[in-house]
Order: sequence, then structure tokens, then C-alpha cells
Amino acid sequence: MVEVRLIEVREELLAENRQEAGDIRAELRRHGVFMLNLMSSPGSGKTSLILRAVRALKDAFRIAVIEGDIDAMVDAEKMVREGIPAVQIRTGGACHLDAPMVAAGLKELDLAALDCVIIENVGNLVCPAEFDTGAARRAVILSVPEGDDKPLKYPLIFSVCDLLVINKTDYLEGSDFDTEALKERVLRLNPGIRILLLSCRTGEGVSEWTRWLAGEIEAFRNS
Amino acid sequence: MLIMHELAVTESLLQVVLRHANEGGAGKVVSISVRIGGLSDLVNEWVQRYFDHLSRGTIAEGAVIRIERIPTTFRCDQCGHVFPADPRTREAIVCPLCSSAEMTLATGRECFVQQIEVV
Repeated sequence: MVEVRLIEVREELLAENRQEAGDIRAELRRHGVFMLNLMSSPGSGKTSLILRAVRALKDAFRIAVIEGDIDAMVDAEKMVREGIPAVQIRTGGACHLDAPMVAAGLKELDLAALDCVIIENVGNLVCPAEFDTGAARRAVILSVPEGDDKPLKYPLIFSVCDLLVINKTDYLEGSDFDTEALKERVLRLNPGIRILLLSCRTGEGVSEWTRWLAGEIEAFRNS
Repeated sequence: MLIMHELAVTESLLQVVLRHANEGGAGKVVSISVRIGGLSDLVNEWVQRYFDHLSRGTIAEGAVIRIERIPTTFRCDQCGHVFPADPRTREAIVCPLCSSAEMTLATGRECFVQQIEVV
């Protein structure tokens, strides 16, 4: 009879990803570059929010974008047309960006000439939440048409982010979207999260978002 | 085709398991105990399916993955009581001892390999 032995492992899964994310963080720290990992469902306004921020802050900060897409170049082309340095990472089917993919993207950028990198993650509320990309801050966008129940369905992503942007507030009127219930659901998972309401379409509240980003870039530089 | 995050997690799982099995001089891995927090959306069935595929030809081929879910718990900011609660509920969550609604997530985001059985 063969004897079965027990080996205690007690090791975190994705430890390798975490290690690589740590290396990225150290590298960005050396260059004084703030990185934001921006996540949301497809169509909730990641690209619009980034374009708004870069336009508003272009005289103050040098911002580049890493675009994660399963198999398309559309978003990166949009950025380049605006004169924003952009790297497209096609994940080849994977539903999220992980630390090694982001490291490859950063290699294409001149970090010495940048203040901020924004990662536009793959549109998805599930998988990107599990992977540390080495970003200093994480933000999630939830747009009003998606509904106020998303933190109930995808609690993890709301528990790991520093900022929640509620976009498309121009759709609030006449909808049954309960902003207070949403806030309560998110805050019980993550009491430290900052919540902003805005509409990229009308521009209402957008300055709060750009102020938040500018403050984070400054704070990172001075820390 | 969309490759689910279960695949990336399972690749990582296989690496960890093989490293520990080899270090322990194992000839074959029989079972793997994994502990995953209640907030994770990993689907057990897919983890096993991907593992069966990825582990072919390795000493971990055929290993059974046992996934234990760690309940999601909150720590009350007022009285410090730790209690399980489902963050997916529409109902308000309050501390069962002091009824405070101020709380911090205590467990639920874990994802680690606990132990492996080898021969």
C-alpha cells in the first residue's frame, strides 16, 4: 500500500503576478510615475473619461495610456489621434490585463518623460479585479444604465478600488437607479472608497474626476 | 473565444503545486486543497477542467482539486465583532451585536493553496 503524504503549501495563488506587480511598482516609483488601473464593463465610459482627463490636464502632466483589449486597436487609435502616447495590448482572448502584460506595455513607453500612466483595462467587472497590475490606484466606473445592483453581483471589484465613478448621470432622470442604495452597497464593502458622480456626455461633475486624478499624481510625486 | 480568468489562476495553481511536489520528492500528486474567499467569482468546475487539461503529462495529472470557500466576514468598526454576511444581499448589513452599519471587510478575498496530498 502506497502511503499518502501531506505537504503543507500555504502559498498564495497568483503570487508570481503579485511579485511582478511589485517590480512594476518599484520601477514606477523610481521614475516618479503615477499609474492608475481603470476598470469597468464595456461601454461604461473608460475611453471618454481618459480623454476628458488628458485634455484637462495636458498642460500640467504628461499622461500616457496602456490599452487592454481582447483583439482590437480602436481605443489606442483614438488616443493617438489626440496626441496621447498609447500602447495597445491585445490580450489574445484573455479577459483582463495581468502584471506581465502591463510590464510589456510599460517597456514601450519612455517613463522618464511621463508623470502618469492610465491603464484602460479590458471591459469586464469580474476578472480584472483579481489581478494586481502594479498600479498605485485602482478605479472602477459604473454607468447608470448598468443598474445599481452591480456591487451585489460583482462585489470583489468594488472592494479593491480606491475610486468609484458613477458615469452617465444624464440618464438618472426617470430611471429607477437608486444612487443612495448603490453608495451604501459599495461603502459596506469598502468604507475608504471615494465616489464621484458625473456625466462625460454633458460634462457635469467631470472636473471632480480630473481634480481627483491631478491630486493623486501630485500626492504620488511628493510622497 | 474569451479565456476566463480561471485559466490564469489554474496555470498559477499548477506551478505552485508542481514546485512543492518536486521539492517534497513526490512521485504523484493525489489531491490539492485550495482556499478561496467568498468574494471571488472563480467557478470550481472550470478550475478542475482547466487543471485536468494543463496538468497532462505532469506528476499532477489526475489530481483532485478540493476548493474550500472562506466565508465573507465583516468586522464591526464600532464594537470589533466579526460576523459573516453576504455582500450580495439587497438588505442592509448591520452588526448583529451593536447594530452599527460601519464595518470593514475582514475575510473573503483570499486565494491560496493550503496543502497537497502526494505519493
